Amino acid sequence: MKIQEHQAKELFAGYGIPIPAGKVCYTVDEVRQAYLDIDAPVAVKAQVLVGGRGKAGGVKLAQNLEEAVAAGEAILGMDIKGLTVEKVLVGKAIDIASEYYIGFTNDRNNKSVVMMASSEGGIEIEVVAKNAPEKIHKLNINPAYGLLDFQAREMALKLFDDMKIVRQAVDIFKKLYRCYIDTDSSLTEINPLVLTADNNLTALDAKMNFDDNALYRHPEIDKLREPTDDEKKELDAKSKGFSYIKLDGDIGCMINGAGLAMATMDLIKMYGGNPANFLDIGGSSSPQKVIDAMNILVSDKNVKVVMINIFGGITRCDDVANGLVEAMKQIDIGLPVVVRLTGTNAAEGHEILQNSDLIAATSMSEAAKKAISLIQ
Amino acid sequence: MSILIDEKTKLLVQGITGRDGKFHTLKMKEYGTNIVAGVSPGKEGQNVEGIPVFNTVEKAVSETGADVSIIFVPAKFAVDAIFEASAGGVKLVVAISEGVPTLDMIKAIKFMKRYGTKLIGPNSPGLISPGKSQVGILPGNIFKQGGVGLISRSGTLTYEIVGQLTGAGLGQSTCLGIGGDPIIGLHFIELLEMFENDPDTEAVTLIGEIGGDAEEHAAEYIKNNMTKPVVSFIAGQTAPPGKRMGHAGAIISSGSGTAAEKIEAFEKVGVPVAKEPSEIPVLIKEKLK
Repeated sequence: MKIQEHQAKELFAGYGIPIPAGKVCYTVDEVRQAYLDIDAPVAVKAQVLVGGRGKAGGVKLAQNLEEAVAAGEAILGMDIKGLTVEKVLVGKAIDIASEYYIGFTNDRNNKSVVMMASSEGGIEIEVVAKNAPEKIHKLNINPAYGLLDFQAREMALKLFDDMKIVRQAVDIFKKLYRCYIDTDSSLTEINPLVLTADNNLTALDAKMNFDDNALYRHPEIDKLREPTDDEKKELDAKSKGFSYIKLDGDIGCMINGAGLAMATMDLIKMYGGNPANFLDIGGSSSPQKVIDAMNILVSDKNVKVVMINIFGGITRCDDVANGLVEAMKQIDIGLPVVVRLTGTNAAEGHEILQNSDLIAATSMSEAAKKAISLIQ
Repeated sequence: MSILIDEKTKLLVQGITGRDGKFHTLKMKEYGTNIVAGVSPGKEGQNVEGIPVFNTVEKAVSETGADVSIIFVPAKFAVDAIFEASAGGVKLVVAISEGVPTLDMIKAIKFMKRYGTKLIGPNSPGLISPGKSQVGILPGNIFKQGGVGLISRSGTLTYEIVGQLTGAGLGQSTCLGIGGDPIIGLHFIELLEMFENDPDTEAVTLIGEIGGDAEEHAAEYIKNNMTKPVVSFIAGQTAPPGKRMGHAGAIISSGSGTAAEKIEAFEKVGVPVAKEPSEIPVLIKEKLK
């Protein structure tokens, strides 16, 4: 789960991490008022959950009221990579002396929390990792011990010489680490962490992603969610017990198992078709689940054919076939449905399908080809 | 010989009295797994199909000699079960639970290191050495004893591929679902090494998917260390970037972790990558010629 820059900054502020004074504004009038309240040059920043806001014109500096209002007018309502800007963060412009990067994430290879710091702030860290990896300082952290003071100090000394600034940095690093751990974040970044002209550190930008598996124990974080319409559908599916991701093709897919679902989509593409979605219906193929899944599938008007690929392991194929037939009786989707069942009692399941309106296939390739041919 | 589990394995089931625990205990018992104990706090003295239930892992292990544990416990409590199994003296823990917070797993894995406990999972269907033992929720009837080792991040995709292998007469030595989460226990490299040292394994199938760079590291390992042939399949070539495809670990982040990169890494070191699951037996037979 991702949150907006202003939401991350609010969380940081709660931990005592310095951020520029600022206000979230939804209208040009609010932008005007925010400027007047700040009474100094401001940065007007689009609040949308995509990177590259600056390049897209979603970040503007304003030296006076006129410019602030003009920036608000230009950015509010703007489309950035398919998302409409509904709010902007108006923050006091900072006199930047130098920029740094600080972040925490989970490292799959070391199976550890990892802290990353770099004096190459203000650039995408992936670009730094590619071009100058030696400029990223990394530290593996054992959450049982946390970020120890001396470790924070060593890291700060890699970026700064002045002890006053080192002390500020140590304080920020420790607080950021606490924020990361307390919220079960999967990625927390300040990029850039700015050293101002008067030698103070402040977080000019803020990014936080959260571990979906841990949201159950963070209702206050879950509340911050701002899903797009597509994401709302995905969340609805999740609440009904399956995973759904909308794509832009015309072959609706329903599969049990994420890996098998991905492989099925890949196969469709390979044969020249276009999957309309990813859908992992998970274990147990109760008719109700199939109905719920089918309803979400066909609510996508692009879908012309449905392809179902189910591996019956513990759940037997004849039970799955009966479940599908039952579900199809209850909803009339008016689209051809190709079904491939394999696994325990596959032959029996196939037999049941032969006597139904569902189009049976024996192999994944056969099912994919049949589905594609039904589109013409 | 197989790896990690065989006919000598003594299994302990944590969460044995729950719905899933009970169901799968019976299935594993049917398959022939030697289940010696169950753990369910508060239920000591009960038994599930003759298998004694204990309050703690420590007691279960000391009274029955259980050496492997399987965890059928909801995600919220799974990590505690892992800690307990490790401290209780179990040598291998198989965590089926899906939805375990990543930070919990980081703590658990570091804890287990101190005890030398191995872990498979979480979010894993378990493992099976066909004809000998099954520790998991895999459908035993699709497997056949033989010489192909299989390591997979997937569940049903694994079964699909096993079905293809069995159908082609290629039996399996041990099949492992290592789990779909970003941070898991035993991964490709440790298991490839075990297969390389297992006299019963002639070839290995590695099933990967988008997210992370474990496949790339495995490719490097294979190049420098494996004499036995490895073939692969990678799921997720059509996955959109930035989206979690079901598995918590299946996500293309900031442009990395794509299927294309993994396929390239394998092909570069001479590991053929199947275009679809049904091609795997063909590739293996070719390599074994």
